[in-house]
Amino acid sequence: MKTYSVLEKVLATERFAVTSECGPPRGAVPEKIKQKAELLRGYVDAVNVTDNQTAVVRMSSLSACILLKQLGLNPILQMVTRDRNRLAMQSDILGAYAHSINTMLCLSGDHPCFGDHPSAANVYDLDSIQLIQTVRKMRDEGKFQGGDDIENPPKMFIGAAANPFADPFELRVARLAKKMKAGADFIQTQCIYNLDKFELWMQGVRDRGLHEKVAILAGVTPMKSAGMAKYMKNRVPGMDVPDEVVKRLSGVPKEKQPEEGITMCVETIERLKEVEGVRGFHIMAIEWEEKVPEIVERAGLLPRPKV
Amino acid sequence: MITAESKPIDEIIEYIRPYRRIILAGCNECVTVCSAGGRKEVGILSSALQMAFMKSGRNLEVKEITLERQCDPEYVEELAPIMDQAEAVVSMACGCGVQEVARRFKHTPVFPAVNTKFMGASERQGVWAERCQGCGECVLAVTGGICPIARCSKRLLNGPCGGSTNGKCEINPETDCAWQLIWDRLKALGLEDRYEEIMEAKDWRTSRDGGPRRIIKEDLA
Repeated sequence: MKTYSVLEKVLATERFAVTSECGPPRGAVPEKIKQKAELLRGYVDAVNVTDNQTAVVRMSSLSACILLKQLGLNPILQMVTRDRNRLAMQSDILGAYAHSINTMLCLSGDHPCFGDHPSAANVYDLDSIQLIQTVRKMRDEGKFQGGDDIENPPKMFIGAAANPFADPFELRVARLAKKMKAGADFIQTQCIYNLDKFELWMQGVRDRGLHEKVAILAGVTPMKSAGMAKYMKNRVPGMDVPDEVVKRLSGVPKEKQPEEGITMCVETIERLKEVEGVRGFHIMAIEWEEKVPEIVERAGLLPRPKV
Repeated sequence: MITAESKPIDEIIEYIRPYRRIILAGCNECVTVCSAGGRKEVGILSSALQMAFMKSGRNLEVKEITLERQCDPEYVEELAPIMDQAEAVVSMACGCGVQEVARRFKHTPVFPAVNTKFMGASERQGVWAERCQGCGECVLAVTGGICPIARCSKRLLNGPCGGSTNGKCEINPETDCAWQLIWDRLKALGLEDRYEEIMEAKDWRTSRDGGPRRIIKEDLA
């Protein structure tokens, strides 16, 4: 084992790993983190804590991770390179590890133009791949990016994102390979609705044997309504929602759409279980955390292993 | 070249409201090429300012002049003989020219008439687009001749983010995804394998982050 990460330990078993997501509140309200924590407790192995997602200011990922850790959950610190330079990011990594947070997801982040501070400076001192390299160097060499030694280096289990649905498609396997070369231990993918395209990408991943060296967690997000499906199809960059998804949700009465969305999510997980190289699931129930237990249960992913 | 766009005329009027005699100084270099501050634009702005003043019952004397280069002391010196005729200078040059005039003439206020935008190239008649950020250490040799620092919205050095769609950037369907362009070019050159070589964290000292920059060419200085 490279780290003390529970996710790493679960991935070392034969079981599928299960992660979910907790978006921090838009205010200094720790109670909201606690509520979400209680909804997820026992149903997932680890919980991603988003970092100013969609470029909207929220409680810091690190603070929310600490709150989750104090509640006995296993947080995954998401870190985007949009808001902070290499000094700030490395100091937060030290701070996180000092609170026994040992799992991270390294991202570039959404552009500020999508958020609530479109006039903000766009930092990008590092990109996501250089952040992965930095975290690995801190762990494996015990050195900062700048080269100095670290006292008690943080041992992070390192995650990265992959979006098989973005363009250019033919580069997306190479991009995964590049993130692995930089030091990614696990991958969480963009929400999967277009299963055919995902399987095509996984074929490319397997052809290069990449699935044997990195743990790929397939991302899923239950649709709450046909309206949400249309929004994600048309408005969210890098999202691939096939017409059938919108059609199926539109085909049921509005009050039944949430239930249909959950069923579709469970079916997606069932199909993804059959895809060689998928090692677990990342369930992003956006502001719908109360449905995660039902999805995990219906998808046959309970009980979670004790590691 | 350096590109620029005219400021709104009301903003310029606001700067010069206290004055009756100004020099309106164009520049014969980049801002002429991008039609923001050459001889022609000097004439147009001069008329517009005088008309605006007249409308409010005031007179504005404008001395029009277009220098060869406002970023060069040798040419800025041409303003010296006429400087006593003016209470203020409105410069239609890029920010470099405005500052050079301000440096030379310590007691005369200088106001910009354009917003300096970027270092770019002409895409077609009347359209200019950003191409270089002057990072100080050119990476074009390894990115197929397309700069990710200037042309990727997140200046990502190692590939496209998850928001690249049909060759366009997530921020705007008018903006090309730089990494799509780079990938297409690497393919055309048969250099796809190069994509997987990691570009290390950049040393931004050579860029603006290292503080204001200078070049000293020993054989000329």
